[in-house]
Amino acid sequence: MKVGVIVFPGSNCDRDMHHVLTDVFNLNAEFFWHEKNLPQDIDAVVLPGGFSYGDRLRAGVIAAHSPIISDVKKLAEKGIPILGVCNGFQILVESGLLPGVLLKNESLNFMCEWTNLIVNNNQTPFTNKLELNQKIPIPIANGEGRYFVDDESLNELKKNNQIVFSYENKVNGSVSQIAGVCNSDGNVVGMMPHPERAAEKAINQIDHKPSSLIFESLIETVGMKN
Amino acid sequence: MPNFQVSVVIENKPGISDPEGDTILNDLVLKDKNTNITKIRSGTILKFSITEKNEQDAKDAIVKTCDELRIYNPLVSKVTATVEET
Repeated sequence: MKVGVIVFPGSNCDRDMHHVLTDVFNLNAEFFWHEKNLPQDIDAVVLPGGFSYGDRLRAGVIAAHSPIISDVKKLAEKGIPILGVCNGFQILVESGLLPGVLLKNESLNFMCEWTNLIVNNNQTPFTNKLELNQKIPIPIANGEGRYFVDDESLNELKKNNQIVFSYENKVNGSVSQIAGVCNSDGNVVGMMPHPERAAEKAINQIDHKPSSLIFESLIETVGMKN
Repeated sequence: MPNFQVSVVIENKPGISDPEGDTILNDLVLKDKNTNITKIRSGTILKFSITEKNEQDAKDAIVKTCDELRIYNPLVSKVTATVEET
């Protein structure tokens, strides 16, 4: 199973993600610079966190114009699982692969803290081994993580079961406390918290298993290891 | 052809909260002061220099660029473009 980890100028969670995919879950992960092409026989793609282009203009918008995004869009149409974490989530919304937008946190602060997620949709390639309403202790680290959609779009998200994760408590002013969403087909998922920082016991003393299940869901979906 | 500067102001649409503007208003402008100021909205300004036939063409070209490249997010932002010859 081959997973592509896309690297943009300013990505800084790419190595953590690569480490977790390869060293913790024994997957064949490979970095892809944003100006390169993605092989169309790849099994999954991850857009990691960071500060692509220094968040200039607004987080994710310049990276959304990177050449590799057209390949990501083709893979998304084919149903390949695609995960965007933090800045990766911002890039996915700015590229139109996911609905909504990520605004500056209500507090205007960069927020770096542990939080609890609630699983709202366990039918995606990244959540199918999680229980509905399962709690996930996981860190956030962002300045622009306040998810927003208008009322009409929010109703659509709810109707189509596109809200994948929500925060247990009010964190940053996100609409309906949304922390992660998927596209209408369910194969493209974006989330602000960092599962790659929570899926190992060494760095998650609370409970690393729920975050592990995000990666194990992917393995389950694709159907084979290595 | 003449040169123009097109200034594009990007701000949140009405109804989208603007915590930066609110903070400037409540914790600076209104703090311990008597004033008739009731609202502040923050935004970003981008100044484009362009060579075009006239002001309208310059403005239209910049607005088209902003739309095509999603310089602003139409879901939450509105833009105002003003043009002057330089």
